[in-house]
Parts: sequence; C-alpha cells; structure tokens
Amino acid sequence: MLRTLRRICSVGIVTEPLTAGDESLRIREALQAQVREVLGRALCIRHVDAGSCNGCELEIHAVANPVYNIEGAGIRFVASPRHADLLLVTGPVSAHMEIALRRTYEAMPDPKLVVAIGDCGCTGGIFGESHASRGRVSNVLPVDAAVPGCPPSPTRILQGILTAIGR
Amino acid sequence: MSGRWWDDAYQVNGALPVRRLSVTAEEWRPCASGLAAAGGRLLSLWVVPGTPDTAPALVRAAVAIASGVLVLELSVADQVRGGAAEGSTGAGNYPGLEAIFPGASRMQRAAYDLCGVRSTDPDRRPWLRHAAWPADWFPLQGAGDAQVAAGAVVDDYAFLRVQGDGVHEIPVGPVHAGIIEPGHFRFSVVGEKVLRLETRLAYTHKGIERRFAEIGLFEGHRLAARVSGDSSVAYSWAYCQALEGLAGCTVPPRAAWLRGLMLEAERIANHLGDLGALGNDAGFAFGLAQFSRLKEHWLRAIEALFGQRYLMDAIVPGGTAVDVASDVVQRFVGHAGQLAHDVCALRQIYEEHDGLRDRFATTGSVSPTLATWLGIIGLAGRASGQAHDARVDWPTPPYDDVTPAIVVRSYGDVAARIAVRFDEVLESCRLVARLAGGLPEGPSRAEVALPTAPAFGLGVVEAWRGPVLVALDAGPGNRVLRCHPHDPSWQNWPALEHAVIGNIVPDFPLINKSFNLSYSGHDL
Repeated sequence: MLRTLRRICSVGIVTEPLTAGDESLRIREALQAQVREVLGRALCIRHVDAGSCNGCELEIHAVANPVYNIEGAGIRFVASPRHADLLLVTGPVSAHMEIALRRTYEAMPDPKLVVAIGDCGCTGGIFGESHASRGRVSNVLPVDAAVPGCPPSPTRILQGILTAIGR
Repeated sequence: MSGRWWDDAYQVNGALPVRRLSVTAEEWRPCASGLAAAGGRLLSLWVVPGTPDTAPALVRAAVAIASGVLVLELSVADQVRGGAAEGSTGAGNYPGLEAIFPGASRMQRAAYDLCGVRSTDPDRRPWLRHAAWPADWFPLQGAGDAQVAAGAVVDDYAFLRVQGDGVHEIPVGPVHAGIIEPGHFRFSVVGEKVLRLETRLAYTHKGIERRFAEIGLFEGHRLAARVSGDSSVAYSWAYCQALEGLAGCTVPPRAAWLRGLMLEAERIANHLGDLGALGNDAGFAFGLAQFSRLKEHWLRAIEALFGQRYLMDAIVPGGTAVDVASDVVQRFVGHAGQLAHDVCALRQIYEEHDGLRDRFATTGSVSPTLATWLGIIGLAGRASGQAHDARVDWPTPPYDDVTPAIVVRSYGDVAARIAVRFDEVLESCRLVARLAGGLPEGPSRAEVALPTAPAFGLGVVEAWRGPVLVALDAGPGNRVLRCHPHDPSWQNWPALEHAVIGNIVPDFPLINKSFNLSYSGHDL
C-alpha cells in the first residue's frame, strides 16, 4: 500500500497543463468550455467498432489516459447507448455489424451526434465497399464529423468531438 | 509414421525454413497425425479455390515442427461451384483434421464459407458468413461479381444448448460495454457459475482475403498491416517476408534490424496496455493510470523514432520505409531503460497486492495438457507451458544474432499470462537496446523484382499475441492470386472457452482480457 502511495506521489499529475501554445491542450480547454456551455453536464460517448482493425480503438483508449485526460474535460465513455449523447464509430461498417450499429444509434435519445473515426470511417479506407463492407460510416448513419487518420492521433480525435458538439 | 519423412519435401524460398509437400487424400490425415505425434502444431489451414476446368482447389495446412514450417497440400477437384451449394455437399470434399488438431474445425468451416470446399467435419454451421451474402455464393471463387444479400438480416445461429435445472443463458454482444471490438458470447450458467461459453465471431468480417486479390502485390503489405491494427508491424513483416521469399530478395541487414526494433516496440506497447487494463479489470484503477501513462510516453518515443505512433506503413517490400538517426535511436534506448525500471516498480506493486493476487491466481486456468491438446500458441500458450516462440524456434535476421529469451510459465491462469507479459516487456526492452546498439550500417531497403511466374511464399512473425502467418500465392507480375493472413487468435479463442468453465461470470472480463484475442485478425 505504502509503495502504491509513494508511486502516486512520485509520478504526480501527468495531465498536460492548460498552457497556451500547445495545440493539443488548447483543444482540451475548448472542449471543456463547449461541453459546459452546450450540455451543462458531462458529454457521454458510446463507442461502436463497426468493423475496424482495432487501431482506432487503441487511440480512443489513449484519449482517456491521464495525459489527455478526457474525463477531466467533462467527457466520459458510457456502456449504454441509452446514456449517450454522441456515438463514436470506427471502421468501415462491415455487413455483419450494420444491424448492431443501426440499433445502437436508434437506442440513443435525441438529440444525438455521430463522429466517424479513422480513414475507414471517413471513406471505407483500404477495405472499400464490397459484399462484406458497407464502406464509410455515412453510408449507414448520418455523420456530424469525420476524423481522418490511420489511426488518428488522440489530439485529432478530440478535435473531431469538438467539431461535432460545436455544430 | 517413421520419422522425418518431411525432410525431403520441396523447400520454399525465403528467410524462414518452410517446406511444402503435396499429399493424396489417403495420406492427408496420416501425415497430419504423424506430425502431431512428433510435436507438430497447426499454424493455419486454408483453401486456395480452383478454377473451373483448369485447376483443382488446394487445401493447405501449415504445421509448425522443430525444423520449421511444413505446408501439407491436398488437391480437391470437386469443390462446390456457386449456385450449386444445396445437396451437392454430401460427404465433404476432403478429410477434416479436427480430430487431430481441434483448432482446425473453425478454419475448415471458414474455408467452406469463403471457397466452397467442404471438409468431412460434422459441424457444418457457417463460421465467417452470417447472412450478408447468399449461402451458395463463395467470395473467393474466381472473379465473379460480388453478391450481397438483399437488406441486412439477422441470421439464426445454432448455439449448443445446455439443459438442466436452473441453467440459463446470458447473451453478450456483438456490441460490448467498452471500447473494444465486437463479437458475441453466449454463456450458459447456473447462478454465477459458467457451465459453458460459446463464442460467435466474424462481426468484423470485411472481405480482407478477397480484397488482397483486388490490390497489387506491392500494395498488399498495407492491407496486411490493417488485418489487426495492434499487430501491424508483425503482419506487414510477415507479408513482406512471404513476398521477398518468393521474389528471391534478401533484405539488407539494417532493414532486418530496424524491423526487429519495430516489432519489439509494438510488443512493449501492447503489453503495457494489457497490464494496465488487467489491473483495472480487477478493480485496481491505479494500474490502468500508471500503465496507460507509460504506454502513451512509449508511443511518443516510437513516433519520435519512426514518425508514427502505430507503425502502419513502416515495413515495405525489401526493407523499411523509414530509417533512423543515431542520436534519436540513443534517446529511444534511454527511454526503454527507464521504462524497464518503471515496469519493475509497478510489477512489485502488482505482486504484493492481495486483492490482485486473489483475482489473478487460479482464475481462468488452462493446464499444459489441455493447452497441448487444443494447440494453443503464442503468449497464451507460453503461459500454459507451451515453450514456442517463432523468433527462437526458427531465427531469421535479426533474431539469429540477437536471441530473445523465451518466457514460459506452466500454471496457465490469469496470473501466468500477466507474468509472461511482465517478463516479455523487460526482455523486449533488453532487445531494443541490443538491436539499437548493433544497428548495421548500410541501406534500409532493397529492390524487389516482380515475379515472372506464379510463386508461393510464406511468412511467420512472432507478434505480441503469437505467431502471425501470411501465405502468399503471387504473380506473374504485380498480382496476388491468393493471400491468407492468419492470426494466432484462431487457435486461442477456443482456449478461452475452456478457460472460463467453472469460473464465475464476473471474472470473465478479466479472463478475456488476459488472453486479449483479436477479432479483426480472426474475422478478416
């Protein structure tokens, strides 16, 4: 226990401070202000992997790490679409995930936002459209913001969320 | 079987010791049994569809043996053609290997879904095909137009039902309560105790194997890197290994060492993520915070060295797309040293924590005997006494110079899979220093000639999860005839189903995470 506490103290707070000049941090600050203004409470995000290679998931995980600290900006990931304001969708939408994706979207209360993550979510990426892939997310759901990248960095993901709630 | 009959098999060109042997339908099973008896493990089974009237379909089984990889090849003339599936599949087109290698069952079902070649396996349920395309159309058969089922529908999959007083089912997924890939788990439970788990996968099936044949041979490494985004270095390396082998290209030493550096960096990043998530799944949020911080800084170090956090397009045919400056490499080595120090400190905390010990030890056990029988490979296999690692078993540059220490545990529970990860992170940090320190001078890329005739190549790279395999039939010219990428998750998903038996439902997330198997790499 003592070792754990010592570790916590020695590592300290690693969330990057809200200084001007660092692009990624201005985004966190702007996000926090937007969320407070638009919602007056935490922004709740539900993520659905609609067929991705798992690369985008790793970077979505990263936005929740202590360095980007998305919860500190008033944003949290929720387990149920019933609790979500925003749907974060990765991957080309596989034919096998189309129904699950639509049902998740339908289960969300209005008003709701959709952000497509990654090159595949934006365009279908290298997988394209086929018997097994519906391609870009907007082929299946209305999309409010799309974040390119393979995978997009945590900063770009935060930017995409900001774009969507600023609409 | 008298021993070593396989030594005379045709040698496949490439860095890896691969042999290929055509067998008859009568020899197919005895050969597989002989290999299994000699300690052979099934790496992958796949089908290369034939063309009407000209070429028969080929069923291939890649088996890992001490001296390398042996690919058994069986010609099957009577594959099911599109539009004729019903009624014509009576006895099956070739003898199934599921009784010899249990992992073969799902691979055989998948091969039928994609190619229309059926094994004698009595389990005839579709595996990769849900209801997205008609049952009598096979995506990999010829160049026929893609067929799409009219409108999205949910199909009815015949899960095995468990019956008895108080038994009920818990269906979970495909959408899970977290930032993870989709799949369906069907638990049969009494109270909190799991009697049986049956997984249903292929939700992320996006037609990768058909796609390979649509893009050029010299574009394939980019698709390979995206088979499973957490193993992009391993997959793109395995693809390039197969391509370079069939094209007769030897990569420059510097390129091989840079690839090794990338592979170990990828292993470290994934293990750090898992170690944090495993702490979190046992209620120890401190672990997640600490390890995800270490992972973030490690990804930034990778970016500083190679220009990307995740190395999607860093490995290219003939070498690497990026080279590194010596001062940046030195900083990277310094970072790896500090990381090893931090990981040791956190390991001590994990090991001394009573709550974690209580959750990890004896949870989700797979005994070495069961692991051998199931043919579990990679990290999960090594945690259950299966002492195999492609880097050590069949060393190719740079691992012929820089030999990794193989990490093995025999107790096979969540704690063992965590211990293997801790040891492997530290070992990979050591390898990073050795690889960076001995980085040869010279070019980091060689020319790869277009094949002038159809040729076969095979690549196997030990990814963080286990050996990934890429089998490539290519040429002439810039053409992919058939490319089959294979993830170790194929063998290990059935192991998860065994590991969870008798455990309580709330321990499932922990057990699942301790395997951390790929969906995308499996679903293709």
